[in-house]
Amino acid sequence: MKRTVLYEEHVKMGGRLVDFHGWELPVQFSGILEEHGAVRGACGVFDVSHMGQVFVSGQEALGFLQKINSNDVSKIGPGKAVYSHLLNENGGVVDDVIVSCLESRSYLVVVNAATTEKDVAWFKRHASGFKAAVEPASERYAMVALQGPRSEAVVRRLFPEAAALPRFGIKTQQAEGREVFVSRTGYTGEDGFEFIAPNESMPALYRNLVEHGKKEGLVPCGLGARDTLRLEAGYLLYGQDVDDEHTPLEAGYGWVVKWNKGDFIGREALLRQKSEGLKRGLIGLELLDRGVPRPSYPFFQGSRRLGELASATFSPTLKKGIGVGYVDRPGEAPAFKDVSVLIHGRKAPARVVPLPFYKTAAKGERSLYVQS
Amino acid sequence: MFNPEICLYAKSHEWAHVDGESATAGISDHAQHEITDVVYVELPQVGRVVEQGKPCAVVESVKAAFDVYSPFSGEISEVNAELASHPEWVNQAPHGQGWFFKVRLAKPGEKENLMSFEQYREFIKTGK
Repeated sequence: MKRTVLYEEHVKMGGRLVDFHGWELPVQFSGILEEHGAVRGACGVFDVSHMGQVFVSGQEALGFLQKINSNDVSKIGPGKAVYSHLLNENGGVVDDVIVSCLESRSYLVVVNAATTEKDVAWFKRHASGFKAAVEPASERYAMVALQGPRSEAVVRRLFPEAAALPRFGIKTQQAEGREVFVSRTGYTGEDGFEFIAPNESMPALYRNLVEHGKKEGLVPCGLGARDTLRLEAGYLLYGQDVDDEHTPLEAGYGWVVKWNKGDFIGREALLRQKSEGLKRGLIGLELLDRGVPRPSYPFFQGSRRLGELASATFSPTLKKGIGVGYVDRPGEAPAFKDVSVLIHGRKAPARVVPLPFYKTAAKGERSLYVQS
Repeated sequence: MFNPEICLYAKSHEWAHVDGESATAGISDHAQHEITDVVYVELPQVGRVVEQGKPCAVVESVKAAFDVYSPFSGEISEVNAELASHPEWVNQAPHGQGWFFKVRLAKPGEKENLMSFEQYREFIKTGK
């Protein structure tokens, strides 16, 4: 199993380590409920070093990125980032990524762990016609996410300049004599920051965050809380909620598709899907009674099987079971009556709810779907 | 409180506290620690007849569901209905407020299939 450079820190802090797609990572420290609560109410820090980094640079870097991204990368100048989908010719999602513009003609793309190799191959295949260099850098970089309403107070102590970043802003800072990319991004539905630093400097940076975060109620968090936080916030988990066979329109992420930016891979297929109408789509369910839905549990309308849950869990914030799954004719879903999820042989009553399940208390522009 | 030291234990990590013709059952401190935050407990219905070593309840953490096996055969005479609103008691007091159910002993001799406190402690340590 692969270990991140923070492995020793996790062991020291009592992390419960598990195999996560070939990475030995903490699923939890003090407990998922406590960690989840800390991120909603104070702040928490996650090792996300398994995520991949790819630098794209050169005269035609933008043209190349525009071709492979559904979102409009031309809208972000230096110091800005954007959430986007990479699509295949059928409009299926190759990966969901965050593209950051570091400076003119120089970009950093953060990709999912399990898809890093596939993505790099995809990048290289499509970069051939462009004056753009694709440089995979996952092996050299570690990544940490600091998430929660008190994150800014922690960042103010360590990187005063970065504390003023707007949502989806990114800045290069110095830590341990090395460059660190600090962005105001995350995967929890709360305000927060992500740090991408060379392997050598990350352990000290992580210890600093933990130390300076204590006064703000920071707790080290594992992948368990990361998953409950992101599902509550309506974020997709690649490979589970969306994949090469599902389009952003079906996943309810039409907002990452910018029709007027010019051509990009998958655009035609999506236009066709849009004009024909969605045949399936991702919907949200919540349980009306106690019980915990899990991925792959079937759900029903009356006796008709609607589908299987893609992601599902007990929501620590809402204190009820929540889940998402694909259904045919999603437009009709809000009117579904007598919905249930099959849990241990028993049909647990549920209802269709709009996504996301949870939105953080509004603070300025920090709504989930608004990117400045 | 069901004194852990006088409880009997199953290899599947349930405890049983025998009191005359019935036994109270729950999951061990070791089990609750391994399961982590309990968020839901599904209990058998009162009157259901259960068998030793057969699943009769489910305990769920945020991440996973675990079957709970009855330490004795017999009829369920009472369940801890308060766990529905206080699943965290399973973590906080596995031998107290976090008890699961009471079973009327159909075969008291089944206690021979269970471990003593010392044996269970050894079992956790060595797997034997």
